[in-house]
Amino acid sequence: MNGFLAGMFAAALPLVAAGFWAGRRTARPQGLGDLGTPVEHATFQTLHTASLAAPPLRAGLTPDTARRAVRGLRTLLGTDALCLTDGSSVLTWDGAGEHHSAEILQRLGRIRETGRGEAFRIRCDDDGCALHWAVVAPLTVDDRVHGALVACAPRESAVLVRAAGEVARWVSVQLELADLDRSRTRLIEAEIKALRAQISPHFVFNSLAVIASFVRTDPDRARELLLEFADFTRYSFRSHGDFTTLADELHAIDQYLALVRARFGERLSVTLQIAPEVLPVALPFLCLQPLVENAVKHGLEGKTDTSHISITAQDAGSEALVVIEDNGVGMEPERLRRILAGEAGPSAGIGLSNVDDRLRQVYGDGHGLVIETAVGAGMKITVRLPKYQPGVHSAPGRTGPIPRTR
Amino acid sequence: MNQNYAVPAVALVVLATVLVGALGLRISRTTSDFYVASRTVGPRLNAAAISGEYLSAASFLGIAGLVLVQGPDMLWYPVGYTAGYLVLLVFVAAPLRRSGAYTLPDFAEARLESRSVRRLAAALVVGVGWLYLLPQLQGAGLTLHVLTGAPRWFGGVLVAVVVVATVAAGGMRSITFVQAFQYWLKLTALLVPALFLLLAWHGDGAPRVAFDEPAAFREQRTVRVDDTLDIKLAAPLTVTATGTVDGTRHHAQRLLLPAGTHRVERGTRLVFAPGDPVPGGDAGGSGMSTPLAHARQERPLYATYGLIVATFLGTMGLPHVVVRFYTSPHGVAARRTTVVVLGLIGAFYLLPPVYGALGRLYAPELALTGQADAAVLVLPHLVIGGVGGNLLGALLAGGAFAAFLSTASGLTLAVAGVLTQDVLPTRGVRHFRLATLLAVVVPLAASALVGGLPVADAVGLAFAVSASSFCPLLVLGIWWRGLTPPGAVAGMVAGGGSALLAVTATMAGLPGGGPLHALLAWPALWSVPLGFLTMILVSLATASRIPAGTAAILARFHLPEALYAGQRTAPREVQP
Repeated sequence: MNGFLAGMFAAALPLVAAGFWAGRRTARPQGLGDLGTPVEHATFQTLHTASLAAPPLRAGLTPDTARRAVRGLRTLLGTDALCLTDGSSVLTWDGAGEHHSAEILQRLGRIRETGRGEAFRIRCDDDGCALHWAVVAPLTVDDRVHGALVACAPRESAVLVRAAGEVARWVSVQLELADLDRSRTRLIEAEIKALRAQISPHFVFNSLAVIASFVRTDPDRARELLLEFADFTRYSFRSHGDFTTLADELHAIDQYLALVRARFGERLSVTLQIAPEVLPVALPFLCLQPLVENAVKHGLEGKTDTSHISITAQDAGSEALVVIEDNGVGMEPERLRRILAGEAGPSAGIGLSNVDDRLRQVYGDGHGLVIETAVGAGMKITVRLPKYQPGVHSAPGRTGPIPRTR
Repeated sequence: MNQNYAVPAVALVVLATVLVGALGLRISRTTSDFYVASRTVGPRLNAAAISGEYLSAASFLGIAGLVLVQGPDMLWYPVGYTAGYLVLLVFVAAPLRRSGAYTLPDFAEARLESRSVRRLAAALVVGVGWLYLLPQLQGAGLTLHVLTGAPRWFGGVLVAVVVVATVAAGGMRSITFVQAFQYWLKLTALLVPALFLLLAWHGDGAPRVAFDEPAAFREQRTVRVDDTLDIKLAAPLTVTATGTVDGTRHHAQRLLLPAGTHRVERGTRLVFAPGDPVPGGDAGGSGMSTPLAHARQERPLYATYGLIVATFLGTMGLPHVVVRFYTSPHGVAARRTTVVVLGLIGAFYLLPPVYGALGRLYAPELALTGQADAAVLVLPHLVIGGVGGNLLGALLAGGAFAAFLSTASGLTLAVAGVLTQDVLPTRGVRHFRLATLLAVVVPLAASALVGGLPVADAVGLAFAVSASSFCPLLVLGIWWRGLTPPGAVAGMVAGGGSALLAVTATMAGLPGGGPLHALLAWPALWSVPLGFLTMILVSLATASRIPAGTAAILARFHLPEALYAGQRTAPREVQP
């Protein structure tokens, strides 16, 4: 029987949890109920209604958002019918008398021109219809009329005119905020486009110089390097998609390193340890290559012996952990901080801060670069890439490694 | 069973798992050659890994136990466990991979662009994962109990500790290799003893048992009753008893037991004569051991169809199976992987029924003492005996432990991943460890509370919940444009929620019988259509809420990757 009781307890748990959740969802702030005078009560009530109507409109003026906002707005105004329109059509009508919408639409044109609200008598053939007056208040964003709020009432009322004007102004503010949201999104998109990885001009120059040096002595090697160079530039100039897979990014890094090795020969050694599970992970493209470029630069700077770079990618639950490490000269942490903050000027190279910015744009602030370094101690850069992020889809360049042209 | 052999075998499996997990990547993948490093997981390796993760205690021990007790009807279990991948192959594999989703909540969000659907899917993933973990831990307890006489809770705790410790120590660096290794280990551990057992059976004159008759003792057999149990007799039976039967003490007396239920106290020895039918047992006397068996005996047809629906449609919603498809580089590879999985799993499932049949022949008393799940482990000892039998038994014990470890670690990681992403407040390594602990401790606690269902039946219940919630979401999400977020939520709540309630009630051993009990014990037959129907009807009613990007999303799901990329962009520039 003991087991039976335990089982019943287990069966009741989900129900209790569901009840708790439902309670949390439906609960209203009741605590304010006995606070203040009746006037203050009314104020609270009004503010509460207004705050409930606001969130849908923050997404802009569409039939869907208008439908969700209009009930709260009608409670706020206390009219028999309330309608929201955009420039040319009725988005939603709450309450009685929807047959008046055609007549109201006729008036809309004039309001768009003047930008001023008006109250007018509406004609009606239906004896049962109690609505005789309509108040139209424009919804303006940046001094342009985007739509109108129409309140209908049985008789003319100065109070209603005033109230409709105020509510329309309040709705306009929400729409302006929505507009602001939209431009912020556009700004971020533009920023991502602007941040699109660029390969460094030094690299182009150095590669061509190295290839030129091989043209006479070793034409085959020169041809191979030229093909690597062509492949790498095609990857970095490609026009479709902002994202790639880890496998393709590694391929590009390989081509980059082939060109670097041609210049520095045996002074550079690279070790890779890539968990095959994370190879299909999608990531902003050319966001690891600059880190490798950085490691190469630091590794070879001011040293004559060999430099060692290790690239590891691990599977860590719902994320992939990529670590790029070099044993080079390292960097003063304070200087690094300035570089990442973009205060170090263009000479410091835009690679690191560009990658950091793009990772934060795509995955959020929790996913920026983590860099461990000190002067003379090398540098270790860690990147955490979520395996799934809404909106991040790799545009497949190739499936699997392309055989080398020889 | 000689524990001098079994304990080292289990220890060896645990050690090998941890070593391959920690070092496999370092040995096989440390290179300076990019072409080696960027080699993706091929369909064969990935398929072996999926099979290794999928073949759980239910497959390794449970099927043989059920066949032993209830005969060939139970062959639907291996058929269902395998056929689930056929449905997965046809309807889900490639589009799921192309969706880019790592977990089922990811898929829900990618398809429906809704956070609330994601959260509900996450809750259901955790529920299904816990339901599936529970029998794994119980099976581990049973195995160690039979092998070494350790208390029943010990095996589950051992598996939980090993899984949490590996995750805490940095996790399985090369989980794919580990799981593939576990598949081949499990296949070997089951295949080699099976061959020897068949040889021994052949040497014994290849006796045949008609499966339709109730199992019977072939020779005089003494059965020691370790736990108080009720035996049910359909016909009067004469036994020699030493101990307490029906409240009276006997000392090596011949007893004529009339038809009906008799209580046998612990420590009693019963001696059966050759040819006696094996009576049905009901262990523990608490009345909650095999409610499913009664429901099955009462309504075999309904139970069978319930099982078929649950296993055929439930495989696609198992959290640890879904995450493995992410490893395939593209949709076509995911499909190929599934084909190989069908082959590997089909080969494996030929073996457990052999053990079940031999167990019915050589160890029918296991059905009486309620330890049928241990049939696979004790058969070599009973049939072959000696050092050879002990060695084979040790191999089987190792294989069984591989089954617990691989499935438990796969499930734990999947559940912990969902917990960190969707339940616990912030992400980070420490939270992942906390989530791992949470993912294991809850089923461990439940395994102490909830009584012993047969392992294969308990897994069947997890399949039922998965089939009624995720099958509608995946199939409709991939093949129907009209799916809306409210529809998905309603369908998952109606189908998965009702199945979950039914399953919990069954596991809790809700007393009673009759049609209601059968309905609760095999929910898939009504809960899956309920889930589909609710999802479709609510979606049709809320047609205005169809996500704006549906057409583009479905195009990405269904078009091959290269074609999709080409269609989306301007013609490419001339290539060098």
